[in-house]
Amino acid sequence: MHELSIVANLFETLKEKAREKGAQKILMVKLKVGALSGVVPEFLETAFDSYKKGTLASEAQLKIEKVPFRIQCQDCQTEMTRNDFVLICSQCGSTNLKTLSGTELLLEKIEMEVE
Amino acid sequence: MKKKEVLVLEDLLGSNKKIASEIRNKLKERGILTINFLSSPGAGKTSLLEKIARRLKPQYKMSVIEGDIETERDADRIRAQGIPAWQITTGGACHLEAKMVGKILSQIPSDSDFLFIENVGNLVCPASYDLGESIRCVLLSTPEGDDKPKKYPKAFSTSQCLIITKSDLSSTLPFDFDRAQKEAQSINPQLHTFITSAEKEKGVEELANFFLSSLKNLRKKNA
Repeated sequence: MHELSIVANLFETLKEKAREKGAQKILMVKLKVGALSGVVPEFLETAFDSYKKGTLASEAQLKIEKVPFRIQCQDCQTEMTRNDFVLICSQCGSTNLKTLSGTELLLEKIEMEVE
Repeated sequence: MKKKEVLVLEDLLGSNKKIASEIRNKLKERGILTINFLSSPGAGKTSLLEKIARRLKPQYKMSVIEGDIETERDADRIRAQGIPAWQITTGGACHLEAKMVGKILSQIPSDSDFLFIENVGNLVCPASYDLGESIRCVLLSTPEGDDKPKKYPKAFSTSQCLIITKSDLSSTLPFDFDRAQKEAQSINPQLHTFITSAEKEKGVEELANFFLSSLKNLRKKNA
């Protein structure tokens, strides 16, 4: 359940960004969560909903884009999604693969209300 | 009032990664090899550390950071061997974070050769937190079963070493060493595997030698 500490950090960033832009209210927060990021999107939602009370983001909506684990074979160049995280090319069997996406845990954008 | 969309693209673990990389640089500069042990509770992290300590202690200086939710028990076991140990009790948190290690950093003797960090027993959350280590080891004990790598992929994909522990129990357990290794390596082809038994002192020498050669490499790069 390290999602709580991740959301605590997220709120620090939200506060900072809102101050920077002079925002009165945060309307929407969008995250990108990779399949191999090590966090559970549903737990992030629960933590977000309890953290937001009494903050600038009290009415904010949390949007999470789940990013699949995508790899590319460096020998035959095939790109593939591996839900089992196996680093073996399904085309040629090579283990020389590059991770394209799926490990990220990003705050992508914030929608705010400004004067 | 108007709506404004701000593009941020900030890593949610960015602040931890930043602190971790500062820790890594400081420890590398001092010529200290830092090793982070990850496993489920009871996989044998402390027992293995005790055996490694016994082997390295005559010639090398070790420091140990112990992470647990409560108690000083693990640090006491290490101190009993005459090795300086710091216990971090997280009071409920399921993992160590770089800032917790950072707070202790100035107390670690600068003539240490090795800093071992024993993470909170948990195969999930600690995998997301870089602590500034040079080597991450994931321990898998034979009673846990050979099917764990794919169930907990992050721990295995972010480690450099897989240490199978309690190998002496395998005769009474349906643990397939080959399957465990193959499964772990399918997620992480670069993984080094060690098969150990702290009880029977098996595989401890190979592991200690691996840490020694990694220490030499680190110091060669510093020179």
